[in-house]
Amino acid sequence: MSEPSKIVKTIASIIFPFTMVFGIYVILHGHLTPGGGFQGGAIVASGIVLLLVAFGSAEIAKRVKESHLSILESAGALCFISLAFLGLFKTFFYNFLAGSNFIFGRIPPFGSNPGDMNTGGVLPLMNMSVGLKVIAGLSAIVLVLSLFARSRKQKKR
Amino acid sequence: MNKIAILMVFIIFSCVLISTILTLRPFGEPKSTEMDDYIIKNAQNETGANNAVTSVVFDYRGFDTLGEATVLFTAVAGVLLVLRRNAHE
Repeated sequence: MSEPSKIVKTIASIIFPFTMVFGIYVILHGHLTPGGGFQGGAIVASGIVLLLVAFGSAEIAKRVKESHLSILESAGALCFISLAFLGLFKTFFYNFLAGSNFIFGRIPPFGSNPGDMNTGGVLPLMNMSVGLKVIAGLSAIVLVLSLFARSRKQKKR
Repeated sequence: MNKIAILMVFIIFSCVLISTILTLRPFGEPKSTEMDDYIIKNAQNETGANNAVTSVVFDYRGFDTLGEATVLFTAVAGVLLVLRRNAHE
């Protein structure tokens, strides 16, 4: 398989930052607009797949190790579960930050309203941790699969 | 013999499915349950999030999301376990 052309590489490196910004927007605004941790994480991971396709797995594997991605994924899962356990003084998954006037603690007025980032209680934090988990997990899967395919191809030669 | 058994199983299975379809409620019914009304009325006040879907996913049904996250974690762990060593050889 020949190297992708210069056009593919240039377009991929132009589109990649926009994909990252859009995915992180979907994650961070999960409690206001459609989307959330899973969806935004899938968008960011698709941007990373675009880089993998354009620049090849060897180039990406030099900069990102899948063990680091796996650590990030476990950290996201740990954040999610510990946020769930922090509400345990009432129930599991209790939203202890909502209405507490602390971070993300404001309550929006009932009905349609312009939307405020500082609402939602633990939901934005959970969105962030799930987003981190999905980004790291999906990119680790794709990276390892592409490295595996590449090593198989080299072995055949 | 084998074909007849397969045919019998097929006929029984489709009879069950068709009888299920005949007993379905008409489209759009029940119009709304107590659960829908409760979430539409109280989700903004109780969780503080404008997006009621997110408040259901992460708050009212958080345990379900924990299971989803576990599925993803298991998938990643399995893929890394199987393919990591081969990738470096």
